[in-house]
Amino acid sequence: MQDFLEFRSISKGYPGVQALSDVSFAVRKGAVHGLMGENGAGKSTLIRVLSGDQSADEGEIRIDGEVQHYRSVRDAFHAGVIVIHQELQLVPELTVAENLWLGHFPGKGGVIDRRKLIGVVSQKLAEIGIEVDPTAKVASLSIGERQMVEIAKAVMLDARVIALDEPTSSLSSRESEILFALIDRLRANGTVILYVSHRLDEIFRLCDSLTVLRDGKLAAHHPDISKVTRDQIISEMVGREIANIWGWRGRSFGAERLRVENVAGPKLKVPLSFAVRRSEIVGFFGLIGAGRSEMARLVYGADARSQGSVSVDGAVVPADSPPKSIRAGIVLCPEDRKFDGIVQGRSIEENMTISSRRHFSRFGIINPKKESELADKFIAKLRVRTPSRRQDIVNLSGGNQQKVILGRWLSEEGIKVLIVDEPTRGIDVGAKSEIYEILYGLAEQGMAIVVISSELPEVMGIADRIIVMCEGRLAADMPRAEFDERRILAAALPDIKNSKDLPLTQVQ
Amino acid sequence: MTHLKKILLGEQGLVVIFAVAFVIVSLAVPNFLSERNMLGLLQSVVTIGIIACTMMFCLASRDFDLSVGSTVAFSGMVAVMASNAMGSILLGLLAAVLCGAVVGAINGVVIARFRINALITTLATMQIVRGFALIASDGRAVGINDPSFYQLALSRFLGIPTPIWVMGLFFVVFGFVLNRTVFGKNTLAIGGNPEASRLAGVDVARIRIWIFALQGIVCAVAGVLLASRITSGQPNAATGLELSVISACVLGGVSLAGGRAAMTGVIVGVLIMGIAENVMNLLNIQAFYQYVVRGLILLLAVLLDNLRSVAGRQRV
Repeated sequence: MQDFLEFRSISKGYPGVQALSDVSFAVRKGAVHGLMGENGAGKSTLIRVLSGDQSADEGEIRIDGEVQHYRSVRDAFHAGVIVIHQELQLVPELTVAENLWLGHFPGKGGVIDRRKLIGVVSQKLAEIGIEVDPTAKVASLSIGERQMVEIAKAVMLDARVIALDEPTSSLSSRESEILFALIDRLRANGTVILYVSHRLDEIFRLCDSLTVLRDGKLAAHHPDISKVTRDQIISEMVGREIANIWGWRGRSFGAERLRVENVAGPKLKVPLSFAVRRSEIVGFFGLIGAGRSEMARLVYGADARSQGSVSVDGAVVPADSPPKSIRAGIVLCPEDRKFDGIVQGRSIEENMTISSRRHFSRFGIINPKKESELADKFIAKLRVRTPSRRQDIVNLSGGNQQKVILGRWLSEEGIKVLIVDEPTRGIDVGAKSEIYEILYGLAEQGMAIVVISSELPEVMGIADRIIVMCEGRLAADMPRAEFDERRILAAALPDIKNSKDLPLTQVQ
Repeated sequence: MTHLKKILLGEQGLVVIFAVAFVIVSLAVPNFLSERNMLGLLQSVVTIGIIACTMMFCLASRDFDLSVGSTVAFSGMVAVMASNAMGSILLGLLAAVLCGAVVGAINGVVIARFRINALITTLATMQIVRGFALIASDGRAVGINDPSFYQLALSRFLGIPTPIWVMGLFFVVFGFVLNRTVFGKNTLAIGGNPEASRLAGVDVARIRIWIFALQGIVCAVAGVLLASRITSGQPNAATGLELSVISACVLGGVSLAGGRAAMTGVIVGVLIMGIAENVMNLLNIQAFYQYVVRGLILLLAVLLDNLRSVAGRQRV
């Protein structure tokens, strides 16, 4: 069969990172094609380019031999390309039928033809074998059913190419099976499915062919999946070149500083326990959605814990609020700088001193001289590149914003435990090294540091110990001497825990 | 052209517009600049000006308070009735301030602790409190037994009526609180990004409760001064006040999206409202037209604010 969907030399760069470089591969008509790769390998960018959400810097996409020039998601719709994201794009308060017609309701003069509205949908749903009531509100459906509705929407729009981004991440195994059956039917109709997943079992169950991306480049293309093994795929996903930007140096650790015991919360059901010693940097690695940020927020008290305790230097930290955690010496630099980190519209100075104002104020009145001295001191110390401390923080680059947030905690005295969630996301290489240096410096002063990162080379580069999380559980815990890319990644992937040739250190 | 645009859309754009308008009005409208008219103008904005101080905090922290008008009427009523009942003006004033604080604190607790939308909460308390004022007075104005109560509004210091001094004092105090205290900076931070502020260790709920409680206290002060000026407790006093106060704040560049506020801006906003009304009175423009003009001024101010933030984004 001939190639239907073709990527030709696709390249796409963002400031500071080349997300895709010269990626070419093709998918046959009626094939389910797997797309794999580590976090940051370029899968999401490729999907975005395919969906018309972003355009490639170079290269072209061809569908059925025809070069596509679309510039928006709408154009991509018309070309028959539909991407179904993890966050579903349905209106919960409308019915299934209304959602499927949204944007082009049938009818005349603005009055909706209800019979057609429901009739056509019932027929389509029956055709592709989806058992959902067209008059039910989407809000009343399960996640799995909503996903079906999304796919039905794609079918209604005569999609020729459907891309599914981690479709089973929030489905039960029964719901997944229903989804797989639906995908099989679509394949029989000749639709091309691009299937992004971390789950090797699913890839082998569903896909005819497979592409592996690594660091934005094509790592491997397998036109016939029956000729590859799991181990081969894992090897293709790892094996990045590690540039020496880490500058890690050995440290001796002191007594235990942070102890987390049986901590669980609404989003993290399985209780977690671990400990970090003085001067130790522990890296938390896992795939997106493994529960690392949720763990961090529970330890910091940003979300309420349902059970468990956290103690610092042997003293138990009250569970419920960031101010109490800060007083006990635990601080968090959140994952999402924009939404949880910076205060937009306020100056660098105010962003830096927000947590420590009580130290330079009397009866609630701030001493402005001390405040600006402090800000200037940390701007200089952390080398924040800015003309003035009065600059609005949104004008800074990501790396400099991150430094300001770190500075927020450094200006607070008595910090014993620092949790940093994705400290270098979206930051250029130079600023990354500077942030690592800051972390090493703090560790040398005796701080216990937890670094959460989705970049395996980074975790391996800077951590003294790595804890791997997978689906809300601790999956492995290994000291620096035992770091091994394949073992770490294998522990992070959901469904190959039992593979015999990859022995894992299990955590109780 | 670009230079002019820069001035108008810059930080001080509103002050420039105000100054220009002031000069034009002074030259064009007879009697505007007389001492008598100036004091009358300031007197007329005392209630709005005083309450704008705390409304600024409320808006700056991304909240909203519709109950201020009712609280003014209710606390004025309490001041009069309590003074009459206890025979002491001082106790009457204390009772009024206490009532204002309680209303504000209830608003704050419901909004910050129970996480009910501020618009809905204060829409409810606005009606409840107005109801209390009507019930307490049986819907009629209540006169004051002790004439020295009038002195609160009538007395002068250095030739300027006391209420104007009170307003000036509030401007200074709340300007200081906003810019120089932990409370003020935290208020702005909450408005800029509530979740980031919470994660940075700011006790967001406590600060929001305090803002509303302060708002209640300030309304009580305004209510007492108003009752003194109109020589009675009026259950229907200050209807629609909440909208004038919010207009003045928005005119003064306080962002409804939170995080941006300045005392000078609010003062200018209050004065613009006062001048517009004053000038229309001097020119004998019928009261009905004044509503239209006030609305237009507000609309223009918001458009200007929008242009300013668009220009700000382009600079980034």
